[in-house]
Amino acid sequence: MDDSKFWPQGVTRCKPGAFIAWMLVCLGLGGWAMLSAFLCIYKGLNQTNMNDFFAFGVWIVVDLAIIALGAGAFFTGFMTYVLRRDELKNIINAAVIIGFICYSGAILMLGIDIGQPARGWFGFWHANVHSMLTEVMFCITTYLIVLIVEFVPLVLENRQISKVPDLSFFAHNLHRIMIVFAATGTFLSFFHQGSLGGMYGVLYARPFAYRTGIVIWPWTFFLFILSAIASGPSFTTLIVMLTEKVSGRKLTSHKVKMMMGKVSAYLLSFYLVLKIADTLYWANVTLPKMGVTFGELYGGGPYGTYLVWMELGLFGVLPALLLLQRRVRESYGLLALAMVLNCCGAVMNRFVMTIQPLAIPVLPFEKFVGYLPSWQEWGISAGVIAYGLIIFSLAYRYLPIFPQEVELNKG
Amino acid sequence: MLPICFEWHWDVGHFVFMGLFYTALTIIGAGVVYTFMATMKDLCSGKDPHEHGHH
Repeated sequence: MDDSKFWPQGVTRCKPGAFIAWMLVCLGLGGWAMLSAFLCIYKGLNQTNMNDFFAFGVWIVVDLAIIALGAGAFFTGFMTYVLRRDELKNIINAAVIIGFICYSGAILMLGIDIGQPARGWFGFWHANVHSMLTEVMFCITTYLIVLIVEFVPLVLENRQISKVPDLSFFAHNLHRIMIVFAATGTFLSFFHQGSLGGMYGVLYARPFAYRTGIVIWPWTFFLFILSAIASGPSFTTLIVMLTEKVSGRKLTSHKVKMMMGKVSAYLLSFYLVLKIADTLYWANVTLPKMGVTFGELYGGGPYGTYLVWMELGLFGVLPALLLLQRRVRESYGLLALAMVLNCCGAVMNRFVMTIQPLAIPVLPFEKFVGYLPSWQEWGISAGVIAYGLIIFSLAYRYLPIFPQEVELNKG
Repeated sequence: MLPICFEWHWDVGHFVFMGLFYTALTIIGAGVVYTFMATMKDLCSGKDPHEHGHH
């Protein structure tokens, strides 16, 4: 079986046998997810370890993490089409595909999380306009539509599909007005990233999560936006670097990766200044007003103060300092390391904000409650990874994602 | 949710929230419709689909 006529012009890909074997591995992981999803839908959410204390579990942590990491799509789109940074056209296609994977994966996972996916439309028709989650749901689904619109021209540029005149014209015309979709996506993304954070900040009965703020927006609203746009470009670049290592081919110039690193560096530094100020204000002013101390919130269970040092220090200040240095950005390995740390910081922030507020007792008769996901919950989380691997592998093999690939691999 | 729905209230919350949501959907929809129309125009004009080159 020879599928080379479907490959982008002038590039080579691995043999079909190796590709099929890789797809089977991914499908195996997907099979675990399908079994888990079937059990959760057929038997109910008793298949999970979520309970009256933990209405949010690993699915929401993964959801929030991949939505933050997928922010590379809208922010790179904003810089490419709205701010006209033409260098980023060499990575924008990969950013769109990664964003599409992250958002569609998150929505698929939420379909299981709500227990009865057939009633998912209730949130749209019976919308509670005072809920941060309603805003998140509206914006995530609408932004997914934007990402599909941005993904379609990439699919239509496949070597064989683009031979059809109707589809070629359609892809070309979509490209011409891409700035409209990029700007709409930026608006939608800013608000849902913020509302995800705002959802925690307004929990005044949970001192760990509650924050003061401006008008209706708690500080977490702005912090979540900043951490997402700081880690998103890093995640996009990391996926490109990983693809380069696996395929053994150069896909984008190092200059493009350095630029993404620089964007992450400035945004991460700005985020950290605000995040540290927020943490200090919360620990010294907000918590005492609520009758609790910083030490009490970290005193029980496995979630100690080491998490603060890890999130702000190891996965915050350290990658920011690394990425700010040109010498680090020039080194392939150090750039990748700093970006990994940056992404870990965003994931850890989402974990801390989701799990820890629910684990800490808030009433006199409550005790600290622990949570570990069931194998079904892990299965569905793994399914999102498998889904992402399948989509990105197929896209890399058959679509012209990287405009510089041919030139960088000459000779 | 539409204004015809019994849960609808003509207050600032509903107006801003649903107004922005439908505005975003309208912009996306208008963009896609424009693309379809421009494609029809290009096809009728007999242009070469590959003359615009790569993006």
